[in-house]
Amino acid sequence: MSAMLLNKQKWTEFTGILSGKKVLAPVACGDRFRYAVPAEGKAFSLDFDRPLVPPKSAVFPQTETLYRFQLGKTELAAPQPGEELILLGVRPCDARAIKLVEKLFRWDVDDPYYLRRRELTTVVGLACLEPGLNCFCPSLGGGPASTEGLDLLMVDLGDSYYLEPLTDKGRSLMDLASGLLEEAGEEGLQKKEEAVRRAEEKIRRTVDTDGVPEILPDLWEHPLWQKTAAGCLGCGTCTYLCPTCHCFDIQDEIEGFEARRCRMWDSCMFEEYTLHTSGHNPRPTRRERTRNRINHKYSYFVRKFNVIACVGCGRCVNYCPVNIDLIETLREVKEAQ
Amino acid sequence: MTDHSNPYLPYIATVDDTWLETVGDRCVRSFKVTLDDNSARESWSHQPGQCAMVGLLGVGESMFCISCSPTEGKFLRFSVMRAGKVTQALHQLEAGDKLTVRGPYGNSFPMEEWKGKKILTIGGGIGQAPLRPIVEYVKANISDYAGLTMIYGARTSNDLCFKGEFEEMSRCDDLSCHLTIDVEEEGWQHNVGFVPQRLLDLNPSPENTIAITCGPPIMIRFVLENLKKLGFADEQIYTTLENRMKCGFGKCGRCNAGHLYVCKDGPVFTYAVLKNVPEAFA
Repeated sequence: MSAMLLNKQKWTEFTGILSGKKVLAPVACGDRFRYAVPAEGKAFSLDFDRPLVPPKSAVFPQTETLYRFQLGKTELAAPQPGEELILLGVRPCDARAIKLVEKLFRWDVDDPYYLRRRELTTVVGLACLEPGLNCFCPSLGGGPASTEGLDLLMVDLGDSYYLEPLTDKGRSLMDLASGLLEEAGEEGLQKKEEAVRRAEEKIRRTVDTDGVPEILPDLWEHPLWQKTAAGCLGCGTCTYLCPTCHCFDIQDEIEGFEARRCRMWDSCMFEEYTLHTSGHNPRPTRRERTRNRINHKYSYFVRKFNVIACVGCGRCVNYCPVNIDLIETLREVKEAQ
Repeated sequence: MTDHSNPYLPYIATVDDTWLETVGDRCVRSFKVTLDDNSARESWSHQPGQCAMVGLLGVGESMFCISCSPTEGKFLRFSVMRAGKVTQALHQLEAGDKLTVRGPYGNSFPMEEWKGKKILTIGGGIGQAPLRPIVEYVKANISDYAGLTMIYGARTSNDLCFKGEFEEMSRCDDLSCHLTIDVEEEGWQHNVGFVPQRLLDLNPSPENTIAITCGPPIMIRFVLENLKKLGFADEQIYTTLENRMKCGFGKCGRCNAGHLYVCKDGPVFTYAVLKNVPEAFA
């Protein structure tokens, strides 16, 4: 199937076709959007900016049961594979992140939880035509309409959506709605390219990552880490909201005799993250933790997987309560060379 | 029956025997453990240096080195210092109680590659736990190695683990065992002094020798210094690292020292590798 157009007047019909399936879409939550199951029978739109929490939670839930058991017994019950999921309105940076993190969850030992969810999920992207102030995805190899990690890309052309199938999953979804679609043709393609080009021009911030993975290890004792960490509150917002952060904790939860071992997002910005039981902490202050966070994304991950674990979504810059700016830090790294 | 395709699902295991190695606030208790599932027990294979995730359902899991050599039999042994939530709960276990085991994890000491060499272990306190499998492995394959020298120290004689096992070593020509404690004690017949100094005094030749050290960070630092003074090359010096871990197979993210994951790339490293990793001895 080639690229198609979905007239916005048919949007409600389109969502109706999806109604038998589990859909996560951007849903207004106060003055922000988050990915959630839209309320039954309630219309939802793709008219949103950039969600606060990345949709990584669809494949890597904030808390996830590894297995259940009863106290005093030894039978372990891992959850059954979940249902198929359609993730709608994913920004290309966030889709790229899901793909990047998959490398880690496939590395050496397959992570069955992540990979199963990934398999069951159809990721429908929406090109980012109004990039935010701190967006810098092109510097990391992405773009407002980048397709990596997507099954289907949608681009808002005003009156209609441009739909570009990218995988079999994307094609099957479009097949379901084929009655509502019309050929995009050359004109549709041109309109789409023009919209994407305008979006690219709106991106103001850039990072020169050239050589950064190689420079970072040499800056181990550089004062820039102390300076960057000086204002840090250690709140972990940068990591929780980061679409490529994948570190987790494992804890047991008990309710009566029912118990589960679960994993939950963790943050390398927390003291407990690396604290040994002895009381020794190999990363005792925020300086070491900040240094690790940047090194992990921009150097360690690159050494293992040959790609920087950052997609330039700008969340860590936007939502840092003390305005620590990753882009600034990376500029200092380059200058310190 | 454990689903082997799910690396998070542990084996259920039974404590066959448990005993205290040391007493006090941070006492060390050893556990001899057997996996319940027959096929798991048969297919389990570990090498000296590897670790396993030991847990109690409803309490949690922690990573421990496997403190026995595969040459000792189809069981596992862990030596656990009572320190935090999981280890305190483990210390309550008695023979017959159940626990969970995942693993084995990490790389191992290259026992094959070391054949024909002299083995020198330098341990301090609970740091002897990952070295014990080397000692036992060499004892079981003594003709493959050019002898073993063990230097082992602790604060007091009580803090020495595996005490009952040292006497037999003194009866074998190819094995020598040098114990030391930090402060003088009544009735103590061995050396008094710190481990790094004992190493210098014994003055082992680096020729055809592999040195492996494990213990408190401060001890390791001075042992490394002294091994260099004795002429050991970086490639001849091994140690094992430990860091907080959750998964054990490179996903949870926290055990890294620089770009190396202790759970996957380690826990066994040569000094030649670690000297270039800034966080290795942090």
